[in-house]
Amino acid sequence: MNSALTSTAPTDGAERQPAVAGKRLQTDWSSPAMRSRVRARYRAEATFRYTGLAALLLAALFLGFLLFTIVRDGWTGFQSTDVKVSVTYDPATLMIDPAALKTPEAAQALRSADYAALMIEAVGQLGGAADVVSEGAWLILRENLEADPTLLGKTQSVWVPAKSNIDLLAKGKFDLAEPELTRGVSDDDVSDYTQLKQRGLLRTGFNRIFVTMADSTNPELAGIWGAALGSLLTLLITIGLSFPIGVMAAIYLEEFAPRNRWTDLIEVSINNLAAVPSIIFGLLGLAVFLNFFGMPRSAPLVGGLTLALMTLPVIVIASRVAIKAVPPSIRDAALGIGSSPIQVVFQHVIPMALPGILTGTIIGMARALGETAPLLLIGMRAFVVDTPQGFESPATVLPVQVFLWSDDVQRGFIEKTSAAIIVLLVILLLMNSLAIYLRNKFERRW
Amino acid sequence: MPLSLIFLVLLGLGLGAFALGRSKGAAMASAPGAGGGGRIGSVHSRPNYHGAFVALVALAPALLLVASWAAVGDGVIAERVIASVPEATRPATELDRSAFMNEVQGLVSGDMEAGFNPDAEVAAKLFVTTRGTYNLIVGALAAALFAMGGLWAFSRLRPQFRARNSVERAVKWLLVASSLVAILTTFGIVMSLVFESFRFFQSVSPVEFLTGTTWSPQTAMRADQVGSSGAFGAVPLFWGTIFIGAIIAMVVAIPLGLMSAIYLTQYAPSQVRRYLKPLLELLAGVPTVVYGFFAALTVAPAVRDFAVSLGMTDASSESALAAGLVMGIMIIPFVSSMADDALTAVPQAMRDGSLAMGATRSETVRRVLVPAALPGIVGGVLLAISRAIGETMIVVMAAGLAANLEINPFKSVTTVTTQIVALLTGDQEFDSPKTLSAFALGLVLFVITLILNIYALSVVKKYREAYE
Repeated sequence: MNSALTSTAPTDGAERQPAVAGKRLQTDWSSPAMRSRVRARYRAEATFRYTGLAALLLAALFLGFLLFTIVRDGWTGFQSTDVKVSVTYDPATLMIDPAALKTPEAAQALRSADYAALMIEAVGQLGGAADVVSEGAWLILRENLEADPTLLGKTQSVWVPAKSNIDLLAKGKFDLAEPELTRGVSDDDVSDYTQLKQRGLLRTGFNRIFVTMADSTNPELAGIWGAALGSLLTLLITIGLSFPIGVMAAIYLEEFAPRNRWTDLIEVSINNLAAVPSIIFGLLGLAVFLNFFGMPRSAPLVGGLTLALMTLPVIVIASRVAIKAVPPSIRDAALGIGSSPIQVVFQHVIPMALPGILTGTIIGMARALGETAPLLLIGMRAFVVDTPQGFESPATVLPVQVFLWSDDVQRGFIEKTSAAIIVLLVILLLMNSLAIYLRNKFERRW
Repeated sequence: MPLSLIFLVLLGLGLGAFALGRSKGAAMASAPGAGGGGRIGSVHSRPNYHGAFVALVALAPALLLVASWAAVGDGVIAERVIASVPEATRPATELDRSAFMNEVQGLVSGDMEAGFNPDAEVAAKLFVTTRGTYNLIVGALAAALFAMGGLWAFSRLRPQFRARNSVERAVKWLLVASSLVAILTTFGIVMSLVFESFRFFQSVSPVEFLTGTTWSPQTAMRADQVGSSGAFGAVPLFWGTIFIGAIIAMVVAIPLGLMSAIYLTQYAPSQVRRYLKPLLELLAGVPTVVYGFFAALTVAPAVRDFAVSLGMTDASSESALAAGLVMGIMIIPFVSSMADDALTAVPQAMRDGSLAMGATRSETVRRVLVPAALPGIVGGVLLAISRAIGETMIVVMAAGLAANLEINPFKSVTTVTTQIVALLTGDQEFDSPKTLSAFALGLVLFVITLILNIYALSVVKKYREAYE
C-alpha cells in the first residue's frame, strides 16, 4: 500500500533521504513538496469521481436521446390528416340498382358496390388535386352507406384519410426548402397540399385507424391493433404455460428435491437456459414445433410455446429466490401442527412467496413481450392485414411489427414505427411499474 | 364434436366428480356412529382431498387419451383420406401428400373456395365425416374411462382411506415433471441443433465451415455448387461477431459500465443512487428491436457522415461501428450491475483498512477494491460478451449482410445471428444446405455462449465464495 502511494509522488523519495538508519523522520506535511503531493492526490480523487458521474450521465443521456428521438418521430403517428370531400352517392357510379335495395340481397348489393369509382369522382371535384386521398379512403364511404342506406342519391361532406405524403406534409415532416429530387415529395403533392390547406379542406386529428386496424401496405392505413392482439394471444400462451410449470419446478427444486446428480443436472440446465441467446430458442421452435410436430407457421400458439421455454428459467430462478426467502420457522410451525409437506408448501410458503414470484413473472413477461428474434424464425413476420382470429391463425406481434415497419422504404412508416415503439414502451413501462409496485407493497422482510 | 369441446366437457365433468367426492367426504366426517360423529381425526383426510382424489382418478386417463389422440389424430385421418383417393391420382411422394392435405384442410376450414385438385373436394367431405366419427369414438372412450375411474375412486372412499396421501403423491409427480421441462428444453435444443448440423456437415465439411474465409450461401443453391470450396466458410461471420460484440461493444460498455458501478457504489449519495439505478435498469428493459431501430435510423447515418467528414468516401451506412456502439450502450446496465455486485461483495474491512491508512477513495477503489473484485468483474464481462454475441436484432437491423474480413469499423461486416435470420426468413426448402447452415451457425453460437457462461459463472461463484 505504502509503496503504491509513494510511487505517485516522485519528490517523496528525496524527503526520506536524511533518515538515520533505523529511525524515521516525521513527515513534514506543510512542506511545499508534500502540499503539492496532497493537492495532486485530491485532484486525482476529484477527476476519478467526476469520471464516474460522467459515465453514468452519459448512459442516462443515451437513454434520454433514444427516447427523445423516438417520441419526436413517433408522436405524430397518433395523428392523421383527413381531407374533406363532398360525395354524391350516385347509384349509377356505384353501380347499385336502387330496386335491389328492397330485395333480401340489399346488404350484398351495398357491400359490393363500386365505392372506389365514387371516391375518384368525389376527389375529382376538388380541382387540381387528383391524387390526395388514401387508397383505402373508399372504405369510409362504404361504412357510411351501409350504416345509412337512405344516403343513396344524396350528397354528403365526408372526411376521409389523406394519402401518406399529404399527411406528412401537414405534419411538417418534409423540408420544403430542399430541391424536389432529394426531399422525398413531388412538387405536385406540395401544390395539392397548399391548395387544400388554403381552402380549409384539411384537418389533423387523432388517428383512429392506427389504434384500431392491423398492418397495411399503405402507411396511412396501417394500425397497431392487430399486432397488439397478436402479442396478447402469444403472451396468454406463454404465461399459461411458463407460470405454472416454472413455479412448480421451483417448488420441487427448493422444497423437495434430494441433492443428487439429477437435480444438479436440472439446476445446470436452468441456469444455462437463462443465458442461452434468444435466437437459439427460435431455432428450437423451428426445428421442433414447426418441422417435427407440424404446427402452423406464424401462429401465436407456436410463438407462445417458444417464448414460454425462453421465459421458464427466469420464472424458476425468481420463484426459487422468493421461496428461499420464506424463513424456515414458518415451515417448522406448520409441520409442527400436523401439516403435510405439500400442505406446508401450498398453504404457507407459496402465499408468502407470491409477491416475489409475481414480480419475477411480470419481468419475464415483459422480456417476452419485447422479444423479436425467435419469433422471426418461426415465421411471425407474416404480413397480416386482419386482426388475428385465434391461436392458430397467422399473426404478428408488436416488436416484430416494429421490425417490419422499420424495414419499409415508404417514408410514412418512420413515424408509424416510432409510434409503435411508443406503444410497446408504454406497455413495458406499465408492466415494470406493476412489478416494482408489487415488490414494494407486498414483499416482507423477515 | 371438436376436441376442444371434448376437453372442456371432461373438465366440467371433473368438477362434478370433485363435488361428489367432496360431499361424500364431508358426509363421512359429520356422520354419527362408528368412526364418525364430526370428531376431528375420525376421518383421515379432509373432504377436499376426497374430492380431488375422485376427480384425479377420473380425469387423468381420459385426458391422457384425448391428448394423445390430439397428437396423432390428424395423421391417422390423413392416412384414411389419402387411402380413399383413387389409385391413379393418389399423391405418391411425401411432398405431394402434404400439399394435398393442405388443400383438403383449406377446403375444410373454408379458407379456400374450391380445390385445384378435383379429388380434394371429395376428400374434404370424407375428411369431415371421418374426423367426426373418430372424434365421437374418442369422446365416448374418454367418457367411459372417466366413468370407470370415477366410480372406482368413489367406491374406495372410507373414513380411514388415505385420500390426502394419494393426492399428494400425484402432486409431487407433477412437480417432478415440471422440473424436467428444463432438461427437456436443453435436450431439445442440443438435439435439434446437432441433428440439423449433422445433415449440413454431410454436404459441407466441418473443417471447411470452421476455417474457410468465403461465405456466400446463395451460390450453393445451384446444384453444381453444392459443397464447392469456399461457399460456406464461416470465418468472416465469426470475425464480424467478435468485432461487433466482443470488441466495439465492449470498448463502449466496459469503461462506462464499470465507472457507473463505481460511482453508484462508492460515491453516489443514497438519494442519487435511488433515482439513477432504476434509470440504468430502464436502459436494460428497452427491447432490442428499439435499439436496432435507433441504430439503423439515427446512429448509422451519423457514423457514416462522420466517416465521410474524415475523408473516407466509401464508408458503409451499415457500419460495424454503429451496430457495435448501440450494442455497447445496451450492455452498459448489464456490465454495471455485474460490477456493482462484485464491488459490494468485497469485505467492508478491506475498504475500511485502506481508507484508514490514509488512501483517498479513488485510491481505495483503484488499488484495493477493483483488484479484489477483479475475478467477479471479469466474470461479468464474459457474461456480457456472451450476451452481446448472441444479440440479434441490433445487428440484423444495423449491420450488413456482406461477409467481409474487415478491421475498419466504418466498413460493413456481418455476424452469425444476422446470417441465421437472413437464412431462415422467407420461403425456402428446408433441406438445402443453405437453410441447414443456419443450424450449424446456431450450434457454434450455442457452444461458444455455453462455454463462456459456464466459465464465467464458475469464476463469479468461486470469487463470491472466497469472501464469504
